[in-house]
Amino acid sequence: MSGHSNYEFKNPLVNWVDSRLPIVSLIKGQAMDFPTPKNLNYWWTFGGILAIMLVLQLITGIVLVMHYTPTADLAFDSVEHIMRDVNYGWLLRYMHANGASMFFIAVYIHIFRGMYYGSYKEPREVLWMLGVFIFIAMMATAFMGYVLPWGQMSFWGAKVITNLFSAIPFVGDSIVTWLWGGFNVGDPTLNRFFSLHYLLPFVLAALVFLHIWALHVPGNNNPTGVEVKSEADTLPFHPYYTMKDLFAIVVFLMFMAAFVFFAPNFMGHADNYIEANPLSTPPHIVPEWYFLPFYAILRSIPDKLLGVIAMFSSLLILLALPWLDSSRVRSGKYRPIFKQLFWIFVFNCLVLGVVGGQPPEGIWVTIGRISTAYYFLHFIILLPLIGLLESPKPLPASISEDVLAKSGAKSS
Amino acid sequence: MSTVEEVEGTRRDFLYIATGAVGVVGAAAAVWPFIDQMNPDASVLALSSAEFDLAPIAVGQSLTVKWRGNPVFIRHRTAKEIEEAKAVPMSDLVDPVSRNVNAPAGADASDVNRVVDGKEQYLIMMAICTHLGCVPIGEAGDYDGWFCPCHGSHYDTAGRIRKGPAPRNLDVPPYKYISDSKVVIG
Repeated sequence: MSGHSNYEFKNPLVNWVDSRLPIVSLIKGQAMDFPTPKNLNYWWTFGGILAIMLVLQLITGIVLVMHYTPTADLAFDSVEHIMRDVNYGWLLRYMHANGASMFFIAVYIHIFRGMYYGSYKEPREVLWMLGVFIFIAMMATAFMGYVLPWGQMSFWGAKVITNLFSAIPFVGDSIVTWLWGGFNVGDPTLNRFFSLHYLLPFVLAALVFLHIWALHVPGNNNPTGVEVKSEADTLPFHPYYTMKDLFAIVVFLMFMAAFVFFAPNFMGHADNYIEANPLSTPPHIVPEWYFLPFYAILRSIPDKLLGVIAMFSSLLILLALPWLDSSRVRSGKYRPIFKQLFWIFVFNCLVLGVVGGQPPEGIWVTIGRISTAYYFLHFIILLPLIGLLESPKPLPASISEDVLAKSGAKSS
Repeated sequence: MSTVEEVEGTRRDFLYIATGAVGVVGAAAAVWPFIDQMNPDASVLALSSAEFDLAPIAVGQSLTVKWRGNPVFIRHRTAKEIEEAKAVPMSDLVDPVSRNVNAPAGADASDVNRVVDGKEQYLIMMAICTHLGCVPIGEAGDYDGWFCPCHGSHYDTAGRIRKGPAPRNLDVPPYKYISDSKVVIG
């Protein structure tokens, strides 16, 4: 990223530019020749999928703003105007709305992949932490975006979530009034959420840049978790991984298109097609599906302040993950006990998601409490402990050896 | 290289600290307008009082009015409801504080402190659950009062929290009677 490059280009114009601004050699070095472990599986394509999703959300979002009006009186109607009057408006809006869900599907897979293969471990702690910041910024962006159509779920979702800050002792109510710009969620709230919803994706893009920068210092982790030892372990990023990523992106976009064209409201709520009404709360308020596990944690704690603290802790604890996992073996493939606990953890997150979508009554409260307790137990007790207790399987000497052993086993 | 004997706290140190301090104060002062612009503006504050006539509300009828963008319940309580509210011993209450800005400071949450004396049939309070801000449903719940559908808080016939996650009784907004049947909220 700095200093003079060693590249010599045949085209004199390219050489002239590159010796003044080494952007061509940067692209060649970081995006084409970049040495990448040769054993990356399809779980590693979600980084590329996420980059495409961010670009897609930016493009559809910028276009939607050309037709949207961010005032409480007109927002709902302008969204209907996009749906009915604007050429292809329905397509752009459904791409944007379903795109948010797809973005979260991809990011959850990306996070779980990092957890399974120990991608957060030394020397990739900063890379992982930047990822957590990206995840939090994504959640803030998605939350504010969901408010913009100004339907019933938009309004009451905004009200309940901003009210979380009222749990802060002494200054809570003043903070909520400050966030709202009034005494209730209203026009000023909608305006500022719109402004921030437009801003945050660019902050995300900047964070993604840092994330990729931090990735390109140590290079990719890989399914064995064994670091690259020689050139025999790697392939150039282009064309090997550009093509693999591109194939995965096409498949993922087909999955997204299935929703956009055949079930565009599958992940939405019918209540959001009723205009916001500050005088009447819908009988059952639920956030978007991607917030449900955290919503379940919030509701599992009977105390308002502690519930809010637990919810934010469940996100922030991810920042400490590199130091909570005491095992020196990176990949879950070679950790028999960790591997099982990983899948229990995934299952537990899904259970929390289901609980978050149910009314807080009866058996759901109990299940929610057990799952919440297990979520924290996994990080605070199980991860530090099993790293010391379990005996990992023998690691391959190198990536190359592992790949050859597998292909040898197949051919014989 | 020659060295100069450094004495604790030279004039240069003082200049560094003083310059830094002025810089920090200046930066804080410059940031404040950008923070304060998000607080309620003059047009929002201008709507801060509203007048309502209680005469048309029949016994047992509730009205939801809007004050400062928020719903406010005005309920003409039945004699039975008032009796129920009065019969509750203080020890049964989750939140023993009146939550009524019109009542004397430190007043307890007995029914008389939730309303205006002599006008105890009219219960006026914010229609905002003290948990996370949903609008409770009237004449519902285990205590004959209000029930919040979002997270299951039950309020009694004086709007006091009895069961569920809400921490406080429903807040009573500032209001006063300007005639026998007219109130000004705010």
